[in-house]
Amino acid sequence: MADKNTTSTINLAAAEELPKAQSKFKEFVKKFMKRKTAVISLAFIVFIILMAIIGPYVVPYDPQAPDYTAMMQGPSAAHIWGTNEYGQDVFSRLMVGTRLSLTCALTATIIGTALGVILGLIAGFYGGIIDSLIMRCCDVLFAFPDILLAIAVVAIIGQGMVNVMIAVAVFTVPSFARIIRSATISVKQAPYVEVARSLGCSNMRILFVHIFPGTIQSMIVNFTMRVGTAILAASSLSFLGFGANVTEPDWGSMLSTGRNYLNTAPHMVLFPGILIFLTVLAFNLLGDGLRDTLDPKMN
Amino acid sequence: MAEKLLEVKNLRTEFKRDKTWVTAVNNVSFSIQPGEILGLVGESGCGKSVTSLSVMGLLARNSKISNGEILLNGKDLLKEDKKGMRKIRGREVAMIFQEPMNSLNPCMRIEKQLTEAILLHNNFSKEEAHNRAFEVLKSVGIPEPDMTLKSYPHQLSGGMCQRVMIAMAMSCEPELLIADEPTTALDVTIQAQILELMEEIRAKKNTGILMITHDLGVVAEMCSRVVVMYAGRIVEEAPVHDLFADPKHPYTQGLIGSVPKLGSGVESLPSIPGSVPDLSVMPKGCKFAPRCKYATDICHQQEPELVSINEAGTRKCRCHLLNKSGKEA
Repeated sequence: MADKNTTSTINLAAAEELPKAQSKFKEFVKKFMKRKTAVISLAFIVFIILMAIIGPYVVPYDPQAPDYTAMMQGPSAAHIWGTNEYGQDVFSRLMVGTRLSLTCALTATIIGTALGVILGLIAGFYGGIIDSLIMRCCDVLFAFPDILLAIAVVAIIGQGMVNVMIAVAVFTVPSFARIIRSATISVKQAPYVEVARSLGCSNMRILFVHIFPGTIQSMIVNFTMRVGTAILAASSLSFLGFGANVTEPDWGSMLSTGRNYLNTAPHMVLFPGILIFLTVLAFNLLGDGLRDTLDPKMN
Repeated sequence: MAEKLLEVKNLRTEFKRDKTWVTAVNNVSFSIQPGEILGLVGESGCGKSVTSLSVMGLLARNSKISNGEILLNGKDLLKEDKKGMRKIRGREVAMIFQEPMNSLNPCMRIEKQLTEAILLHNNFSKEEAHNRAFEVLKSVGIPEPDMTLKSYPHQLSGGMCQRVMIAMAMSCEPELLIADEPTTALDVTIQAQILELMEEIRAKKNTGILMITHDLGVVAEMCSRVVVMYAGRIVEEAPVHDLFADPKHPYTQGLIGSVPKLGSGVESLPSIPGSVPDLSVMPKGCKFAPRCKYATDICHQQEPELVSINEAGTRKCRCHLLNKSGKEA
């Protein structure tokens, strides 16, 4: 009887000590908000994404409608970023072009991430010869400069927007594989992975249910940074004439056509250039901010 | 003798180190009956954990079991394939680990972790699994199972985490529970609660428990029999009362002698001089001889056998200095 009494008092004490801890997400948001550059970058990215979604409905001019009375005009009240060689509004074209450029970059990065994460998880988890095989293949891909590799891929599989996405995805894979591999190696030594095994979980279950969530942090950070690179790469490929059809509004191809009129209408190069620059910068700064917020060592 | 739940016979586990195999556990044999708590004692690196991991089939990839049998209810676990072992783990043998705070997945709610094992081993619906999880949490003395199920591990205290771990291990009612230093990371009052809980589970479910520890206090309180290991070998096996009343092996004597006693007023604790020999450069004779104050020539030359030292055969010791009757020669 005496025993029973002690247990019940202990239980009461335990009930009180249960902490009402702040959720990890709220804590994360609070820390993130302190990083001004990252917040501004995020705002800019949100604006760009918004433009990609609603752009075609809100821009002042039809991006494809030529106006032969106002060709290659500089910035003015009517056309704030000027017009191009067909009299199309540069601002409208850029905003609508967001959709194409961003879709291309995001799709490519998502495909590359998915492949890279799976390869990295497998390499890190199984180790041995599988690991060597995957990582050496990645090393080969790493040996090429990104854009050169993308050009090579496009050269092999041909031009067009879809192929540009594939090309960009290919050079995204190795960096993810490498980062996720090292995250996997550190997570797989955690005691809770051994616990899962001691309860009879299969390897696949341990890998995807228990280890994968532990690597998401590094994945998110790298993802934001790679989106920036992908935008740049996709634009570069379009600039070189491998990507989108020149008549379609795409950042890279607008830059490319603008190049021909650099002396007479520099604004045709300037604004697409600035937009690409700012977007890539924003993604990189956001990535930096996320990394600093998520990394416990930085606090 | 009564039926045996677990019987380990001549277990030998080796590790690969720099391309050579070193033996971490050599010729270890012991058995556990249903409802019995067997203590496995020894200092760090003596092979306690390796023995338990061998039983679970959870050894690292650079290791192998080169000899022996591990019989669970008469079934040899070493002959089971991967899939067979997965079914046994969690269902027939479960394990509790040292660090409760790190043993729960920080990214998952308790409910998901707890129902995972239940769903893996039973043909339950999600709701049945939830109810079962609720029941086991209640049975390990968690006051508000509903709230705990919804929590993440970082919201729980160490003692709560260990209770959840025990609940996880017990969720499929295994017959054998391996507890690898279950109380080391907890403070003393929580330790007592956890030990009490384990004793309660044993009494209720007739679970056999292999208690791995270096805390002799835990052994004295919980176990019915004790196996003392040194350098990968069993040096002494005895019922718990006999061991504490009359330790036979010089190493056991040293271990018990180095426990502080209340009111003894000694300034410095007696200790065993020297340290555990490195696995790759083991002494030739008795592995304890270099640290033993009674060591004679034969101790350095020839390794003693583990022999019964009393009539009933309940006590065994590995020492040259003891003859069959258990008297010091």
